[in-house]
Amino acid sequence: MKLVVNVIEQLINGLGAGSIYALIALGYSMVYGIAKMINFAHGDIIMVGAYALYVFVVLLNLPVVAAVILTIGLCAILGITVERIAYKPLRKAPPLAVLITAIGVSFFLQNAALLIFKSNPIPFKSIVNVNTIKIGSISIRGITAVILVVTFVSMILLTLFINKTKAGRAMRAVSEDKGAAQLMGINVNRTISMTFAIGSALAAIAGILFISQYQSLNPFMGGLPGIKAFVAAVLGGIGSVPGAMLGGVLLGIIESISKAYISSELSDAIVFGVLILVLLLKPSGLLGKNRIEKV
Amino acid sequence: MSTNKQTKLSSNKKAISKTWIVIFKIVLIIAIYVIISSLVRFDILNRQYKALLVPIGVNIILAVSLNVVTGFLGELSLGHAGFMSIGAFTGALFTLNMDMPGTLEFIIAILLGGTIAAIFGFFIGVPALRLRGDYLAIVTLAFGEIIKAIIKFLNLPSGKDAAGNVKMVKGTMGLSGIETYADYTWVYVALVIVIVICANLIKSRHGRIITSIRDNYLAAESIGIHVSRYKILAFVIAAFFAGVAGVISGHNVPIIKPNDYDYNKSIDILVFVVLGGMGSIKGSIIAATVLTVLPEILRPIKDYRMLMYAILLIAMMLFNNSKFRAGLNENKSLAKLTGLLKFGR
Amino acid sequence: MALLEVKNLGISFGGLRAVDEVNLNIEKGQLYGLIGPNGAGKTTLFNLLTGVYQPTNGTIMLDGVNIVGKNTYEINLAGIGRTFQNIRLFKNMTVLDNVKVALTNREKYSLFSGILRFPLYFKKEKIMNDIARDILAVFNLEQEEDTLASNLPYGKQRKLEIARALATNPKLLLLDEPAAGMNPNETAELMDTIRLIRDKFNITILLIEHDMKLVAGICEEIFVLNFGTELAKGTPEVVLNDPAVITAYLGA
Repeated sequence: MKLVVNVIEQLINGLGAGSIYALIALGYSMVYGIAKMINFAHGDIIMVGAYALYVFVVLLNLPVVAAVILTIGLCAILGITVERIAYKPLRKAPPLAVLITAIGVSFFLQNAALLIFKSNPIPFKSIVNVNTIKIGSISIRGITAVILVVTFVSMILLTLFINKTKAGRAMRAVSEDKGAAQLMGINVNRTISMTFAIGSALAAIAGILFISQYQSLNPFMGGLPGIKAFVAAVLGGIGSVPGAMLGGVLLGIIESISKAYISSELSDAIVFGVLILVLLLKPSGLLGKNRIEKV
Repeated sequence: MSTNKQTKLSSNKKAISKTWIVIFKIVLIIAIYVIISSLVRFDILNRQYKALLVPIGVNIILAVSLNVVTGFLGELSLGHAGFMSIGAFTGALFTLNMDMPGTLEFIIAILLGGTIAAIFGFFIGVPALRLRGDYLAIVTLAFGEIIKAIIKFLNLPSGKDAAGNVKMVKGTMGLSGIETYADYTWVYVALVIVIVICANLIKSRHGRIITSIRDNYLAAESIGIHVSRYKILAFVIAAFFAGVAGVISGHNVPIIKPNDYDYNKSIDILVFVVLGGMGSIKGSIIAATVLTVLPEILRPIKDYRMLMYAILLIAMMLFNNSKFRAGLNENKSLAKLTGLLKFGR
Repeated sequence: MALLEVKNLGISFGGLRAVDEVNLNIEKGQLYGLIGPNGAGKTTLFNLLTGVYQPTNGTIMLDGVNIVGKNTYEINLAGIGRTFQNIRLFKNMTVLDNVKVALTNREKYSLFSGILRFPLYFKKEKIMNDIARDILAVFNLEQEEDTLASNLPYGKQRKLEIARALATNPKLLLLDEPAAGMNPNETAELMDTIRLIRDKFNITILLIEHDMKLVAGICEEIFVLNFGTELAKGTPEVVLNDPAVITAYLGA
């Protein structure tokens, strides 16, 4: 019985970590779907979001709600700006050129943060103050519960947006066929900007949740969660929104279970190993579309 | 008939000029070595720049070898540092636990590190048969991280203590007390060999096959090429040399850690290859040299140097793909001036 | 014995029978035409013959050996060379290298001979250069051996693709719309070349073509496909006067 409770708790922890991965993975996946590029700087948006929240809450003493809204807005604007300056001129360039530019943006954001905030980790008191919840003998940390709720709500809103609004339909159209979408009168540039804004806003939310859980900031904090979220996006099938959600959650759960029951040192190896296995069996990811080349 | 004679004549001329080119290259190789060693001997280089000689050589080997996979085979790899890591740890474990004359020990370590890395290259080549583009990129990245995690997890025998018992060290701690065999002579000889082999490879039957797969794998199959075999061959060769680079870099400093060889290192190598020009060995050499020295040149601006590096990187990519640059390309002499910035073909 | 014997060949994509119950008999040294309206399954048939697609049913016997289930490269080694409807050259390689890479299974040397430049490397490279130049000369491409394939004009790209396929020394050469995009003069010249290579290299040719007049001009026998099945076969006169063929083409 104790083991069952323990397993369930680990699953819930994994679900929490996975939710954050999923939020970040959505940004990777949506941007990939629409701009066909791996936005390597996406992980660093989490870091920017975390520092922004720190500045608003600790240094400027703003109310939490205002700070959160400002953080999300700031990251959305940052996403649009990066796309306009660094990626838009490269729309017709080879994919590798765009990838290297994104790497450059990632270096830029990290080193700008390093310059402003220095390399020492900054402790940060969580903005979430929810007590541990007990269901029977299972206890869920307050922050985990908040992460689950916030992620769930974000995903529902995103799904509604993509499927029910005109802008969402435009996004899907552009990701299917940019040229055709343009001919149908869709403003492709605006749609791409919007995608970057939404992706970055989701990354900001992920960043806020992330530091509320780990309570420490440093300029390179976006790296590993960013890479793992990217893995999650590929695992689920890059370009697919439900795939990113599924990939993120799965990755979180696998990580949490292997940390708890196998080895915390090997957990990364296991996560990446699962990715390789899945791709070998299903080369376009779990929910990705198979594209057959015409001969 | 007359055209036949003409082609024969011109091919004779070609052969003669080819001999001269070979002689010129040999002279160049020796000249560069003489220059470097006199710079070192006569203390013209300061300590910081001297310390960069081995890293420059290692980065050139890494860039040229990654170019085999990314430039010539056309597959994006983000796991090159993984092979380097295997080489570094294999080599260091060997020299730490063996008691041989230095030179012999180091040569065996280099070959062993390369070979073990090549074996792993074979295994990472297998997914490359099924996956393409971004998917393969993420798998190679995952591979590099798996290597890192496994090395951290293992207990490594790190030489003997005073009592003659084998010391076991947790991988996370890395290895220490490594003999720093690698100096600029070693790395120079190694990089010349690697460059010559890679350049010869590209101009051989096997190299042509590898490039043909990049250009059109289906057409390659249709002319009887066993595409899978040659894809794996490219990965194995690149991994071997990355392993060699790893052994050398691992014997440049007394301590190595698994985290020294993470995906950021792989990305650095990829940046050399892309900025130098995909499929251009010369470009890889220049880019690896310049980008290794650049942070040192930017040292006077201290804290801002990595920021400047990032800005330069973005600016170069934007410039390479701009209309202005396309205009320059039409004027060939100008295109040569901006040789370093050459991207793709 | 026929060079190529295809029996009951078929393939389905989902529910669609792209090729169904196709039978072919190809004799050595002949020039065959494969015609049919758009979407009749001509290219799919080529892809089945070369192992790009695996058939759902049927057998393909090349020189008495069943080649169904073999890989594309194995089928080339067995003796089938081909070109593609949408040209697939090695664009960033020179014209000469495009042909030399196709000689790779004829003139071999080891990896070490190549990277260490053993004498065998120079000997074999010379042989390859000679053979490749001979083949290029047949297509009047010898002056352009150092040009990148992507810089060739369209008509010459088509020719280079045929030259490359020939370099593998096939028994049977499959040409997928070799004259597509060419003007009438170029087409006429190409048809002469095709006849010439059949005689010079002593091979068998099966070509897909839209222009029926052209096919009638050089082919000894014609197969007509429609909706993935065989509509007619025989000499050009017989086939082109077949009411069923005329209906299929005019869509009456």
